[in-house]
Amino acid sequence: MAKKVLMGNHAVSYGARLSRVEVIAAYPITPQTQVVEELAEMCAWGDLNAKFIKVESEHSAMAACIGASATGARAFTATSSQGLLLMHEMLHWAAGARLPIVMANINRALAPPWSIWSEQTDSLAQRDTGWLQFYCESNQEVLDTTIQAFKISERVLLPAMIILDAFFLSHTYEPVEVPAQEAVDEFLPPYKPPLKLDVDDPHAFGALVGPDGYYEFRYNIQKAFEEAQRAIIEVGEEFGERFGRAYGLVEPFYVDDAEVVLVTSSTITSTARAVIKERRARGERVGLLKIRVFRPFPFEAVREMLLGVPKVAVIDRNLSLGHHGIFHAELKSALYGQRNAPAVFGFVAGLGGRDVTPRTIHQILDIVGSQEEPDRDVYWIGLKAKAEEGQPAGNGRKQRQRVKA
Amino acid sequence: MTVTNSNGNADSATATITRAVPRVKTLKELAAQEEREKRFQGGHSLCAGCSIPVMVRSVLNTIDIPVVVVNATGCLEVATTRYPTTAWNVPWLHVAFENAAAAASGVEVAFRVLKRKGRTAQELGFELPGEVRVVVFGGDGGTYDIGLQALSGALERGHRFTYICYDNEAYMNTGNQRSGATPPLAHTTTTPVGRESLGKLQQRKDLTEIAVAHHVPYVAQASISHWQDLVRKVEAALRADGPSFLNVLAPCQRGWGYEPCLTVEIARLAVETRFWPLYEVVEGEYRLNALPKKPKPVSEWLKTQKRFAHLLKPENRHLLDELQLQVDREWEKLLRRCEGRVLEV
Repeated sequence: MAKKVLMGNHAVSYGARLSRVEVIAAYPITPQTQVVEELAEMCAWGDLNAKFIKVESEHSAMAACIGASATGARAFTATSSQGLLLMHEMLHWAAGARLPIVMANINRALAPPWSIWSEQTDSLAQRDTGWLQFYCESNQEVLDTTIQAFKISERVLLPAMIILDAFFLSHTYEPVEVPAQEAVDEFLPPYKPPLKLDVDDPHAFGALVGPDGYYEFRYNIQKAFEEAQRAIIEVGEEFGERFGRAYGLVEPFYVDDAEVVLVTSSTITSTARAVIKERRARGERVGLLKIRVFRPFPFEAVREMLLGVPKVAVIDRNLSLGHHGIFHAELKSALYGQRNAPAVFGFVAGLGGRDVTPRTIHQILDIVGSQEEPDRDVYWIGLKAKAEEGQPAGNGRKQRQRVKA
Repeated sequence: MTVTNSNGNADSATATITRAVPRVKTLKELAAQEEREKRFQGGHSLCAGCSIPVMVRSVLNTIDIPVVVVNATGCLEVATTRYPTTAWNVPWLHVAFENAAAAASGVEVAFRVLKRKGRTAQELGFELPGEVRVVVFGGDGGTYDIGLQALSGALERGHRFTYICYDNEAYMNTGNQRSGATPPLAHTTTTPVGRESLGKLQQRKDLTEIAVAHHVPYVAQASISHWQDLVRKVEAALRADGPSFLNVLAPCQRGWGYEPCLTVEIARLAVETRFWPLYEVVEGEYRLNALPKKPKPVSEWLKTQKRFAHLLKPENRHLLDELQLQVDREWEKLLRRCEGRVLEV
């Protein structure tokens, strides 16, 4: 094991390399580029015995991964935002075909307006595609999750998405323990495909299935997601035993006696953790629940942690337009109709990469502390005054005036 | 087979051609080939008189090493793999409509990397074939139109695979809507002939030329009517050290509007009227593969099909003339590219 200072994107590349990926098919997009550049370097220097297909689009990237995985190779790709959206059709395909492809997605806001900064709506818009989704808080977690993702995916035959915030993780350097290759090899044996394009035992993949069979195919995928919950827990524990860092579906912090629990994901968690620490020091009974795995949604874990807590506040760096923040909506669905369910407050913050600072978290805790029940469906934090009046914020207005003049 | 060059002399150019092209098989040999292992079986639900299975069978029976087929969405895909049955005796992969070439890229690379890594049968749970060919089948919709980007990318990247387009000149699987391959003035359900319309008002895309522009080792235009020529082209395509592309005319009795028993005859007429010239481009060098002795007017071909019925009305005579002019122009252009190189079967 060696300690390196790695940017989040390179933590992905190191994770893929340690997992001995065999086929990489990817297309460059900001802020993902360093993931694939580093992998290209690794291939060029022979540090990774893989083939990197430089495809002409993200849609083809996933199609090529599907072809490679169906042939029996361990396949990997990485993308972000618009690229992930272009892949959308193929995401359903990879899952429906039960191929254990692993992909890193760097969370970036969707256009227009054009943005390259962090937001989770790109990956959350893929929530119904049948991919496992892991939201990472640190570069260490990114590397560790990449390795675990292959093991979990290959066990349950579902593809997995490792998700990290644009810039806050992708371009931020952190110290990362890089496990030894031999240790990873012991943890993650080579992929033994149960389904493959075998010239000695030919099968047809992607056949037409009528109403008499389709229903059961979907049921089987749903069952695989149930198995995935167990697999994620077991693999996370085994990883902990071997490497000293255990992982689960959710991560509680001072939840036990808390009167208010913040629910977060990705890097906002680190900021929230610092604020919770500070408030705990002041004697406030506040806690934090990080959701690491969004698909399968950890219904049981969330209920276990939150039932009996008086108030819960979900912070979403994402939005289902016309609905709520997506973690907020899904969390409520997990708690609805349960005894001792908390009052759930939903906060949308940090869209398009706007900083979510300790001050933002304090504001949220102050709002939640001041009322028993939420008085609106969604709270927007730090909205500029002009926008609140229904006007475009900031220079949007100025531009308009210039155009008129 | 006749091999001639511009002077009619057998010189070094001829020798090069002979070396590069596989021997033409006799009909007897081809018949024996059909009796071999059936890589594509009957029992599928393609229409009576459909040209696609004729083409697929000829192609697969020509290849005597392991094959993996990647199939774009379309008639062939939907009619041959109704779960839990399959007409394919080779591994077969369908990954949507627009990306058969991209999926094939992944398959081709995966076989290469698994082999290079020396992954064992014990590790993989199956024996890796010593050599395998990846063959893609896609219709004109999946190739000329929605799959063009993926095809272009895969050709440019130089994967060793053979892409075969079965061109029936419209979206036939969905019931005959116009595609980039539909000839001008053809009636389709989205370019219907009516008081204000005379069918498709645009030109047809020249996909074979688009493939040539990728500088790949082998590109050819073939027809299901010319069996020996098609088989030889498949062999040449498989020999190519890099991507190869075949554009095969594949008439559709439902969409084109003719009796199912006429499929091969109508495909042959397309060649004889020079509407669909047979040619190949080997390492950038053009060769004509059918030089009709007495070329027939294109109207001979058009009049066999209901989709062109409106062109035979006296008041549309000028349109027919215009089409003939186009065919002649394209033919002249092709002759110039071939510079007299003719390789006829």
